[in-house]
Amino acid sequence: MSDVAVTDLDHTEHADHHDVKPVRKTAMWVFLGSECVFFGAMISTFLLYRNTTNGGPGSEIFDIPFTSASSFVLLMSSLTMVLAHNAFEKSDMRQTRIWLSGTALLGATFLAGQIFEFTEFIDKGLTLPRSPFGSSFYMLTGFHGMHVALGVILLAAMAVLSLSGRLYDDRGLNVELVGLYWHFVDIVWIVIFTVVYLLQI
Amino acid sequence: MTTDTEELVEAPAEHDADHIKHPTPKQYWLIALILAVITAFEIAVPSISAFDGWLRVFLLFFLGGVKFAMVVALFMHLKFDKPLYRAFFIIGLVGAIAMFVVVLLTFRAI
Repeated sequence: MSDVAVTDLDHTEHADHHDVKPVRKTAMWVFLGSECVFFGAMISTFLLYRNTTNGGPGSEIFDIPFTSASSFVLLMSSLTMVLAHNAFEKSDMRQTRIWLSGTALLGATFLAGQIFEFTEFIDKGLTLPRSPFGSSFYMLTGFHGMHVALGVILLAAMAVLSLSGRLYDDRGLNVELVGLYWHFVDIVWIVIFTVVYLLQI
Repeated sequence: MTTDTEELVEAPAEHDADHIKHPTPKQYWLIALILAVITAFEIAVPSISAFDGWLRVFLLFFLGGVKFAMVVALFMHLKFDKPLYRAFFIIGLVGAIAMFVVVLLTFRAI
């Protein structure tokens, strides 16, 4: 009887894990859907104020070649992320770790580029309170940068967890969910790069 | 027991359905190459005088849209995943586009 009870308990636990995985993935997609609206609001605000510079600097200070290089780095990080996920599905932990670390490194490179860009803009007089253009620009790109920073932390945590063999598919944030988040950060940048940078020059 | 057996039989099939159609690493590299080429063209568009005015706007939105769709469909596997995930994402996307249009029209920005 006791054995039956234990078996039932194990089965229930297994069933819970089996059922929870798609639920977490659904939750991630709901979250990403809501993030679309969040960034949609930010981009709309930027477009509303794109010409309201109050005599300060506007989009003419954008360094398109530099931002293009940053965009390329972030785009390629989506490739390394999907390769990490692919390796994880094949239970190849070494490759998973390499690609996860590569993705985190590319993300950190993008962030470093953004910090450099912000420093340059501030030197040229574009500060957050300078104009509605400055406020909406920094709010949009800054929030995106915060998302990238969170992604880098998650990726680094995954890489570290994989070292001790604690990278699970059915518990917590797994490689697939972090991958979805990371690709989302990339697609948001695709829109920002087009609307905020390329359309303004 | 029946449930256990069904689970054992169905689980791998479901797993296969989820993963068998995913692109191979070689295909992922190819997709990334296509994305890189599109990005290069996108960067060149503003400096090509033939693409001026609304044509430039259209081209940039089109190229950005292609990149967006490729990443979502192929890297995020939305093309191969459950329609439910697609629905949640599209609801968010439509919400964002609707808000974008309403805000810009309300303030006469377009």
